[in-house]
Amino acid sequence: MNEFVETLLDLEWHAPKRSYDVVIIGAGGHGLATAYYLATRHGITNVAVLEADYIGSGNSGRNTTIIRANYGIPESVRFYQHSVDLYATLEEETGAKIMHSTKGLLWLAHTEMAMRAERSRALMNQACGAETVTITPEEAKQLCPALDLTGGGRYPVLGGSYHPGGATARHDRVVWAYAQGAMRRGVDVIPHTPVIGLLRDGGRVVGVQTPAGPISAGVVLSAVGGNVTTIAAMADLRLPIRTHPLQALVTNAYAQGFGPIVASSELLCYVSQTARGQMLMGAEFDSQPSYSRQSSYEFLQSVSAKVIHLLPFLRDLRVLRTWAGICDISPDYSPIMGFTGIDGLLITTGWGTWGFKAIPAGGEAMAELIATGATPALIAAFGLGRFAADHAMADQGSAGTR
Amino acid sequence: MLWISCPTCGERPASEFRFGGELPHVPDSITDPDARNVDYVWMINNVRGVTTERWFHAAGCRRWLTLNRDTSTDTVVA
Repeated sequence: MNEFVETLLDLEWHAPKRSYDVVIIGAGGHGLATAYYLATRHGITNVAVLEADYIGSGNSGRNTTIIRANYGIPESVRFYQHSVDLYATLEEETGAKIMHSTKGLLWLAHTEMAMRAERSRALMNQACGAETVTITPEEAKQLCPALDLTGGGRYPVLGGSYHPGGATARHDRVVWAYAQGAMRRGVDVIPHTPVIGLLRDGGRVVGVQTPAGPISAGVVLSAVGGNVTTIAAMADLRLPIRTHPLQALVTNAYAQGFGPIVASSELLCYVSQTARGQMLMGAEFDSQPSYSRQSSYEFLQSVSAKVIHLLPFLRDLRVLRTWAGICDISPDYSPIMGFTGIDGLLITTGWGTWGFKAIPAGGEAMAELIATGATPALIAAFGLGRFAADHAMADQGSAGTR
Repeated sequence: MLWISCPTCGERPASEFRFGGELPHVPDSITDPDARNVDYVWMINNVRGVTTERWFHAAGCRRWLTLNRDTSTDTVVA
């Protein structure tokens, strides 16, 4: 058991029962949020959340904690804006401190073409209910005084877009808040219990097999990150998911008050400051798929070179820590949520490198889907069936930087 | 770091190459021609273990090669 969870939280872990109405595989943000909303919004508490390791040990504890809604297609903007709204009131709702902090997100453009993309992004966001405005280089400098507007002479800042709703929250605490909220209402969260098979009755999935024995379920939801292909293969379900590592790093602590989250879609990197003052940065996911969580010197080299162009003070800081998570990348950079075509098996996957910001809205929508048996309008566009129907939801706002 | 043995250029760092995807393999259990097309276009095996894939030597000889790689360790296997 993760010692932090034990010392900071008073959670009562349960041994699995033989049968549940709902079994959720994966006690990360999405799995626990779904359980929490099933209990709070729909009164369904005969729910188990199974986790192979400790809760939040996968990508929920490895992401760069950015919350934003300035996506590139209307369906995504509406969905992520709902998530941003839910995050803003999550502390109030759960009574748990998640260290939510609205910082604003600055998205820089270094070419006229990128500037045009930011203009269209701002207009599209406004039309769909998310606040994003285009800004001049001077306004960018005001928002983030540390910025070098010449971009080290190579990447001059021509302007960009500003998304005031951009925020961060402490990722572990989000996981614990949902776990605590769900468990207080009678949900069983069962760590260190990997799913090693799915129970089938004809074509239907009727439960899961674990080292602690079989558990039967009315419905099984796979909310795993990184290993969804393994779970899907147990039900002979084919997915368009490729698993890539994503790396990130933090430096030693720097003076507080850095300001907004800074991102650049041409340089493909982003920088923010953690509550401890460390500078947190990340870039693109690794180009080749892999399940290895090794971090590489190449990544350090390339991301450092990029961010120093924009924020020269970073060159004097030291790299404190780097890590990697393995992400399920969908071909259109949009999530895959809902029915799978196999009775009794639901999925929420394809969360790639944009899953953390979607935890509240994704959990709420999946809970509604399980409770009502119908796909909520908010996620109707994100079903697995969209690929066969040739309706891929290609989202450049998601593919830019995460 | 991953190193790839190029038939033309010899042992080169993976950063010179572009990943071209795993070799498409539609399972025999899918028989409907339309479903086979959908699977061919979209679906991926994404195995945790040894997989056969195509790589393009973008910053070298600019030729394609086929490679067996273990995705659990990100290493090339024979």
